[in-house]
Amino acid sequence: MTKAARIPFWRDLRVLRALAQVLFVIFVILLGNWLYTNLQANLKRTNISFSYDFLQQPASMGISEGLPFQPTDSYQYAFWVGVFNTFRVVFLGMILATLVGLIVGVARLSSNWLVRTLSAIYVETLRNTPLVVQLVFWYTAVFLKLPRVDESLELPGPIYLSQRGLVMPQPQPTESFALWGMALGGGLVVALGVYIARRIYLERVQRPGTPWLWGLSAFLLTALGSWFLLPQAPLRWEPPVRGIFNFEGGMQFTPEFTALLLGLVIYTAAFIAEIVRAGILAVSKGQKEAARALGLTDFQMLRLIVLPQALRVIVPPTTSQYLNLAKNSSLAVAIGYPDLFNVANTIINQSGRAIEVILMIMGSYLTISLLTSLFMNWYNRRVRLVER
Amino acid sequence: MIEQKRVAAEVLPPPTLRYGPLRWLRENLFSTWYNTLLTLLCLWGLYAALSALLEWAFTRADWSVIPANLKLLLVGTYPAEMLWRVWAVLYFVVFLLGGSAGLWGSLLRDAVVALSAAFFLLALLPFGMSERLLLAGLALLGGGMMGAGWLLRRAARLQTWSKRILLGLWVLSPILVVVLVGGLPGSGWLPTVSTEKWGGLMLTFMLAIVGITTSFPLGVLLALGRRSELPVVRWFSILYIEIIRGVPLVTVIFMASVMLPLFLPGDTRVDQAVRAMTAFTLFTAAYIAENVRGGLQNIPRGQYEAAHALGLSHFWTTVFIVLPQALRAVIPANVGQFISLFKDTSLVFVAALLDLFNIGRSILANPTWLAHDSEMLLFIASVYFVFAYFMSRLSQRLERLLGVGER
Repeated sequence: MTKAARIPFWRDLRVLRALAQVLFVIFVILLGNWLYTNLQANLKRTNISFSYDFLQQPASMGISEGLPFQPTDSYQYAFWVGVFNTFRVVFLGMILATLVGLIVGVARLSSNWLVRTLSAIYVETLRNTPLVVQLVFWYTAVFLKLPRVDESLELPGPIYLSQRGLVMPQPQPTESFALWGMALGGGLVVALGVYIARRIYLERVQRPGTPWLWGLSAFLLTALGSWFLLPQAPLRWEPPVRGIFNFEGGMQFTPEFTALLLGLVIYTAAFIAEIVRAGILAVSKGQKEAARALGLTDFQMLRLIVLPQALRVIVPPTTSQYLNLAKNSSLAVAIGYPDLFNVANTIINQSGRAIEVILMIMGSYLTISLLTSLFMNWYNRRVRLVER
Repeated sequence: MIEQKRVAAEVLPPPTLRYGPLRWLRENLFSTWYNTLLTLLCLWGLYAALSALLEWAFTRADWSVIPANLKLLLVGTYPAEMLWRVWAVLYFVVFLLGGSAGLWGSLLRDAVVALSAAFFLLALLPFGMSERLLLAGLALLGGGMMGAGWLLRRAARLQTWSKRILLGLWVLSPILVVVLVGGLPGSGWLPTVSTEKWGGLMLTFMLAIVGITTSFPLGVLLALGRRSELPVVRWFSILYIEIIRGVPLVTVIFMASVMLPLFLPGDTRVDQAVRAMTAFTLFTAAYIAENVRGGLQNIPRGQYEAAHALGLSHFWTTVFIVLPQALRAVIPANVGQFISLFKDTSLVFVAALLDLFNIGRSILANPTWLAHDSEMLLFIASVYFVFAYFMSRLSQRLERLLGVGER
């Protein structure tokens, strides 16, 4: 009986599993070893050794924007400037793409036929052409075709569009800015107090409410009130002054940056629009009817019934669109914006350190992806369905 | 009596709403004051944009850059005396598509009708006489094969055999296409054409086709690995998938083009196109793995349990029960992956390859055509658009046909 129950080891699932894994590990090690010996041989032949010492050497290249950069600065600093530039475009891009995507997504569900059709055309056109073609189009066929500085297009603001890119007024702190800053700090404390008081009150009377809205209003009230009470406005819009060859003052964005941002935003917005549309459609009609039957107002229905349920559907795919945006920003190399990938590319060409720099590139993008998904996962946990 | 009445009531057609055009306008464009405002704003914007665009396209734009470089844009520097091979590939693909459309019908039929119509319209354009004849031939072949397939459907035995033959040809088709375009080493009538001479739209398609066919098996393996009960295999798959999905495609192509030679024995020479294809394969496999994993997760436990009850081993359960269902469910998602791979082939500039987009850019670098970037870029974008839009429409209908998400 006991003898019959023993399974021979070649049919024992535990043994087989362990064996399969050991074989797999051996295979991976052999493959890795083969690649590694090849690499060693190749490196020896070309007389390069793996080290990050070169990062301290002067980069002797120019980076046109982002943090100030001299050719005598090190490779390491050059790389950081690239990382900074990537962050700049990705951060702005995420915010703007969300806004545009929301608008277009809602427009796709509009009761107005023309609005619906135009937004559908927008989405289909942008989703079905490669992003890099769009970027190069914006850059060479639009931004580089803009008039020279002395004939630049003037939009209300004043915002100027020219071959030098986009220039817009910049808020400049005046003498009363420090006072205003203090007022803002005070406002923050007041807002926190109002928020907590309101929360306690709501808790006591056992009613739903929006304590954060109260806090926000308190803060805005102090901010606006102190702005107007101060003898001099704390911030002044400093308009750019048009010179013959260039602008002075104001916020200046290069054509590369503006084209990249524009291209990324309207491309990603097309995808976000579809997600938003699907999310709103996913809220069943019965929910809205039930909300009406309970006597909720339009705004309450949107805020308490539709949005929480739509967000649940919207957030996870939007996360992957944000990740795509971050990764797509590497296409900056096609139009010469000095982002992380572009700068790293130049570093490789100058120093010949391909492996080291590629590892740095991959590490940076992985970090960006990881940070974005961590943040979005945290947000997703807040909006997802809480089941009993 | 009452019974009869009820029957009569059931047969009545549903009430149809009849709209006059005015009513339609009022309900869809001018229902409220803000809708009216929106409509007017849109109309104004549309008028401004369209009039500017049309004025530019018909008066100021110089489209001669396209016909003058058409051969480069389509096949790159592929030798002119070998062009018959590209035509042969086209004929082969239309032959397969047409035959399948006739035999299986439904979705493919519409696709082939559209394709034949497109070839017919292209044949009307002022190309050389032989090209026009060849294009008309393609249109005829598509229609003819569809008819032949339809006739074969009448005969039961012939139908099964022709379906098998066609399926076999489909499976072999990527290899046949690569051999036809790239040539067989050491053969007299199919001399090799090195990948440096591939270019234009043809290279775009070759990269996409090779990428998707090679990444598919790898992706399926990775998906199975990610759901494996063996921790080592599972962690390896997760690590691979997440790392690849966390980095941009450009860096993967760049890595393949710079680092691949470093990791191979010193004397191996890998040309740029193969490096780019390796990158596309490695990259797309991770995404396909995630698609397939979605399909795997949707298979109910009962299927596994039934398979075990029938005495199937783990391996055969996967082959006969799990994969057929999972793969069927993820066909639309993988078509979507193919479309994005098709668009992403435009990134091969990092590997110095000249696909449709990049050969266009290199033409623009030529002083003769320097000022024509808007025309060229619009043309290239619309070529991508036509193919991608066509494919995404097909995949949407395929989704409905397979009833994914409804079972």
